[in-house]
Amino acid sequence: MNVSFSFYRGELTAYLKGEIDHHTARSMRQRIDGESERLHPTLLILDFSQVIFMDSSAIGLIMGRYRLMQLIGGYIRVSNIPPHLRRIVELSGIGALGVLEYKGKEKGKNESA
Amino acid sequence: MKVLNEMKLSFLSKSVNEGFARGAVSAFLMQLDPTVSQLADIKTAVSEAVTNCIVHAYPEGSGMIYITAKVLEDKRFVVSVRDRGCGIPDIKQAMEPLFTTGGEERAGLGFAVMQSFTDKIKVSSTPGKGTTVTMTKRLDSDE
Repeated sequence: MNVSFSFYRGELTAYLKGEIDHHTARSMRQRIDGESERLHPTLLILDFSQVIFMDSSAIGLIMGRYRLMQLIGGYIRVSNIPPHLRRIVELSGIGALGVLEYKGKEKGKNESA
Repeated sequence: MKVLNEMKLSFLSKSVNEGFARGAVSAFLMQLDPTVSQLADIKTAVSEAVTNCIVHAYPEGSGMIYITAKVLEDKRFVVSVRDRGCGIPDIKQAMEPLFTTGGEERAGLGFAVMQSFTDKIKVSSTPGKGTTVTMTKRLDSDE
């Protein structure tokens, strides 16, 4: 499966794997939304560390989950986008939402400022 | 400009083919010995163009998508993605960042990504006849 989950103290982490495009984003979205609606997390973390390719469908996936978490009164964090995939993230301007986080780096904090 | 090599590809506008299409184009690109970022740029741009055809061109069912890729002199790579679908009524509007008719889950960034990840893009479209997107990338320069 292209998404696996862990849930601990109200924090749901979705580990995305492989390629994110319009085709694969659909099943990822369904699984993430299913788990979010079942568990009502206060924080949803989308972990991109095992993503090897993404196009703008991944940006749509993030924005859609951002809206979903706003609706159910929680927060979202997007973590560990691999360096070679950050160009599209920068182009999209989603850094302005203050949801990006890079482990061990200050970059995420600067972008959310 | 002289064409050194060329390939053509046609496939049904099914979303499962998005990965196939960008994979095939990037395999063809390998002869130019691209850098990791040049390869990622082409892969992403092709993925956006093909997704546009799948999401928008054939609203009632599926149709064919045609890709031509050419290697030109001076390490120029040209890839064109064509459909015979509904066409784009207003190309200028369609190319505006964040504009989308694809619904909530689409970011509206397809053309912005294609523009930013290649050196040149040309879009021609005739309503009812189809759309062709032609992108050129120079691989001789390390950006």
